[in-house]
This record gives sequence, C-alpha cells and structure tokens, in this order.
Amino acid sequence: MATKASRSAARIMMAPAVILLLGWMLVPLTLTLFFSFKKYLPMRGDSLEGGLDWVGFENYGRFISSSSFWPSVQTTLIMVGGVLLITVVLGVLLALLLDQPIWGQGVVRILVIAPFFVMPTVSALVWKNMLMDPVNGILAHLWRFFGAEPVSWLSDASMQSIILIVSWQWLPFATLILLTAVQSLDSEQLEAAEMDGAPPLKRFWHIVLPHLSRAITIVILIQTIFLLSIFAEIFVTTGGAFGTRTLTYLIFQRVVDSQNIGLGSAGGVYAIILANIVAIFLMRIVGKNLDA
Amino acid sequence: MGRIQLKQVKKAFGDVVVIPPLDLEIEDGEFVVFVGPSGCGKSTLLRLIAGLEDTTAGTIEIDGQDATGLPPAKRRLAMVFQSYALYPHMTVRKNIAFPMRMAKMSLQEQNSRIEAAAKALNLTDYLDRRPGQLSGGQRQRVAIGRAIVREPAAFLFDEPLSNLDAALRVGMRMEISELHKKLDTTMIYVTHDQVEAMTMADKIVVLQAGVIEQVGSPLELYRTPRNKFVAGFIGSPKMNLIEGPEAAKHNAATIGIRPEHLTVSPESGDWKGIVGVSEHLGSDTFFHVAVDGFAETVTVRAGGDVDLHYGDAIYLTPDHELIHRFDEKGLRIP
Ligand SMILES: Nc1ncnc2c1ncn2[C@@H]1O[C@H](COP(=O)(O)OP(=O)(O)OP(=O)(O)O)[C@@H](O)[C@H]1O
Ligand SMILES: [Mg+2]
Repeated sequence: MATKASRSAARIMMAPAVILLLGWMLVPLTLTLFFSFKKYLPMRGDSLEGGLDWVGFENYGRFISSSSFWPSVQTTLIMVGGVLLITVVLGVLLALLLDQPIWGQGVVRILVIAPFFVMPTVSALVWKNMLMDPVNGILAHLWRFFGAEPVSWLSDASMQSIILIVSWQWLPFATLILLTAVQSLDSEQLEAAEMDGAPPLKRFWHIVLPHLSRAITIVILIQTIFLLSIFAEIFVTTGGAFGTRTLTYLIFQRVVDSQNIGLGSAGGVYAIILANIVAIFLMRIVGKNLDA
Repeated sequence: MGRIQLKQVKKAFGDVVVIPPLDLEIEDGEFVVFVGPSGCGKSTLLRLIAGLEDTTAGTIEIDGQDATGLPPAKRRLAMVFQSYALYPHMTVRKNIAFPMRMAKMSLQEQNSRIEAAAKALNLTDYLDRRPGQLSGGQRQRVAIGRAIVREPAAFLFDEPLSNLDAALRVGMRMEISELHKKLDTTMIYVTHDQVEAMTMADKIVVLQAGVIEQVGSPLELYRTPRNKFVAGFIGSPKMNLIEGPEAAKHNAATIGIRPEHLTVSPESGDWKGIVGVSEHLGSDTFFHVAVDGFAETVTVRAGGDVDLHYGDAIYLTPDHELIHRFDEKGLRIP
C-alpha cells in the first residue's frame, strides 16, 4: 500500500463492498426516518400509494410520553448490564478453568461452546418448557425433590430468568475470546510474579486480569451491540409481560400489535440514539484499554 | 548468605530423564555459570533451584536448610528471565516495587530502595515509563532492578543477555559482573555462550545432557579440561581435536591443541598443510589449514600481519607442553 497507484487501486476494489454496506445500512435507516415523521396506520386505511400525512415530531412526542417508554429503557439497561456482568465474570473463570491441562480438554471445550450454536428461539423454548416450566420443568422437579415449592420462573422472576437464558447463550462467546487471551499470557510473567512472592489470588489480580482487560473490553463492546436488540428470548418466554418489555420489544409492539408504523419508527430512532449513547459511554470508560 | 547445595537431584518429565542424579555445591557469594549446548538441561536445573519445577528425587539445601519442598517465594531467590518477564501494564517503578509490595514493605522503604536501584542501574529517567517504551537493554536492567530490591540470598539468571545485540551484551556483561562485586551475593548464571562463561564466572559448571562434565574455575577448564567435550566447548575458537596416527605418536586416542598454541611458519615446521579459509580480525588472523594426513582442518591463530593466502603452503608447530591427550573414552590422560 505504499504507492499512490496501489492506494487508488485499493479504493476502487473496495468500492463495491463499501457501497453495498452503505446501501444496506442507509435504505432501512432512511425509511425509518421517513416513516417516523408520518402518520401511518395501515389498519385505518393509510397506505404508501395513497400518500401519508406529515405529522412532524408528533410520533416522537407520543412515543416518549407514553408511560411504557422510560420503564422499557430501564429494563433494557438492566438486562444488558446483567448479562454483561454474568458473562464476563463467569467467562473469565471458565477461561481460566479451560486453560488448565485436564483430561478430555477438546471435548469439554466443544461442550462449552455448544450453546452458541443454538438459535435464540430454540434455546428460549428449551429453557421455558424443559427447565423452567413450573409443573414439568427439570428445575421444578429439582425443587420438589428437595421439598421446596417450585418457582414459576418466568412470571415471578421473569427478569432474572431472561438474563439467565441470554447469559447462557452468550457465555460461550465471552469464554472463547477470553480463553484465547488467557492462552496468550506469557507464562514467565506468572513465574516471575510467583518468585516475587505473589500468591495465586494476587497473581490473578495483578497479572492475569490486567492482561485480560483488552479482551474483556472487546467482549463488552461486541455483546452490548447484540444485547441491545434482544428479541426472540423475550417473545418466546414472557411476551414482554412481567416487566420484561425492553425498548426493542416496545417498538415491536407498537408496529405489529398496534399497527402504528409511524410511532414504531420514531421508537426505532430513539433506539438508535440509545445504542449510540451506550456505545460512546462504553468507549469512553473501557475503550482506553484498546489504545495501549 | 546464599549457599546452595544440590544432593542427588534428579529431574524427569514423565519417562524422560532430563537430569540424572547430580551433586553440586555453590558457595556463598560465588558467581557460578552453567554452560552447555542447547537442550542440555541448564534452564531445568536453574528452575529446580528456583522452585519453579519439582525435583523428582534428591534434596536442595539453601544455607543448610532443606528447601526441596519450599515454594519459590519462600526460597529468598530472585530470578531474571530470558524474556525479562516484566509486567507490561505497570510502570518501571511499579515493576520494581512489585516484590516489595507483595512483601508488604513500608512505602518509605520501598521508595528508598527503588531510588537506590534506579541510580545503580541508570534507570532514574525511565521510572515512569512502561516496559513497552524501553529498549532491550533498559528492560534487562529493570528486570535486574526488580531482582535486587528484594535483597535475595542468591540471583538466578537464565540467559539474560541472549536477546541483546553484541555490543550491548558486552556492556551488560560488565555491569552484571560489577553488580556481583558490589553486592557480593551468590549468582547463578545460565548461558550457552562460553565467552560469557569465561569472562564472568568464579566457577563454571559444564553440562551435557543433564550430566555435569566438569566444575572448575575458567582457567582450570581452559588448561586442564577433564574430557574431550569440555576441551571442545571451552575456548574460542575451538580446540583442534586430532585423531589417528598423529595421536598415536603421543600414546593417545585423541590429542587436542588450541589454535593459540600452534606456531605458524611459511618454511618449516612439524605439520605441513595448505591454507584454506582465513579470518582476518585485525589483531589476529585465524587460518583454517588442511594438514596432510589429518581428517579435519586445523584452526590456527597467527598475528594480524602474517601474509599467507588461500592455497599457500603453511607449516605448523604445536607447543608440545600444551598438547592435551585423551583416551578412547574421551577422558584426559594426565
Ligand atoms: N516441561 C517439559 N516437559 C518435557 N520435557 C521438557 C520440559 N522442559 C524441558 N524439557 C526437556 O528437557 C531438556 C532440557 O531443557 P532445558 O530447557 O533445561 O534446556 P537448556 O539447556 O536450557 O537449553 P537452551 O540453551 O536451549 O535454553 C530438553 O531436552 C527439553 O526438551
Ligand atoms: Mg534454557
């Protein structure tokens, strides 16, 4: 990439991909912006052919003043935060565990990664019907075995349950990234710390954790992007009831249940803004780790 | 204090015996160098002493106390690794402070020791940098600094200079030697570079395949190598080892003569040969000579002004007093 000629050649070669990606992003974004300023209620006879009424910021005002808006933002943040906390903490522990030379390491690693291959809808169904069902679920049986009253997970501890399901799905991702980071730690550093008189916990705190900080940053950033748009897990389990209505789910309800495309689009724009605020916020606090 | 004794220490990885039982004594304040070819078990031996590997059999005593089962931190030894093993996310100051922090030393004491070490090692200007912003030689000094602030009973060095360029290596060699003179603490130093061994050591331990071939002062090893291996390993360029009829004349299976103990003449001498490759170093010239009747070429040192060239006839005369004789097993014949 040194010469001018090769640089412009590179630009030309990259152009199709860039244009495709731009289109991919711009078309839905423009449509969303367009609809968010229109009154668009298909059930009431509005249609694209008939022309849509321009309503200015009315949709935005209505979406944000709805009593479900702020709770849904809060729900989203709690859910994302909870999943991040669980996956990062357990991911670090699992990665350290998997790095130990154990018998059947290869199989264990595949088993740990397996949940990642299960579709969100399927895993949510499995958790809902096989594990968390208050009558026939495995957990209910377990509770009864110990003489306890089975918990109806998805209604009484709905938020925790969904966090648990989503964490289960994302733990493999976190573990995998963190495992590669653990493996890249120079063993002489640990030995040096050992000779310097640091017991195992201090070695973890002063040597291993700082080494993992970059990988943890990456896990947090990538997961946040995906977790902000959790949908299938909520749809399949609680359907947004029992305080599990996230912003994404609220938008879905506005568009599909209430058939109000304009209002839903305005919500979509809010979601974009929220995602960006969270992303900038994260970049600020953890992104520093990426420069060093 | 730093007297280290190994008694019948053995190390095996699974079925592979890397170090057959060996005995070794290291006196307090001595500078001991382990030297040997790659893979001979030098690092393993050092790590056994450090406690980073468990012995398969035998005991290790430090200052007369059994330390075989002690964890590394309790042995009061400090190690400098080949890769330096600095903590990359900590500044130089924090790196050096780390062992003292772990020992819960008072901040005041920590700072005074850091200042002293930094001054001794020329690191004062770099205390607030991170290892990534230092040159190889500076990193090496930080690693040494981290070792000295603990005031250990002995220092262990595992090829500390092998990542440095030649000029820096000579400089650091002197610095480490000076440090030893100043601190007067036991140092164990692993290298496969025999020049480092010769210049720094009070006592050299020559290892081959986990077996100690000879222990002695540099000059002892140079003058009276116990066997062919030591003879060939110590000295640069290597000692010429000659077999066949010439050796038989001296009632030996092999005779050895160092390049510096041969006299060169264009006209007459004991052995006649043809000059092959010659290496001019300015002060010295090394000729590789194909001598009539010898299987291998003979290396010889001559003055820098000897005017002989490729293909010229050359006569070599060994100093008979300085010919080493070895039997069929390769052992020295006195
Ligand atoms: N963890 C281990 N498991 C099995 N074999 C090992 C292990 N560590 C070292 N060895 C073997 O022990 C022998 C000695 O290794 P060691 O690292 O002590 O050599 P060395 O003398 O330090 O060599 P070098 O000069 O190349 O550093 C080698 O043959 C090596 O393959
Ligand atoms: Mg080694």
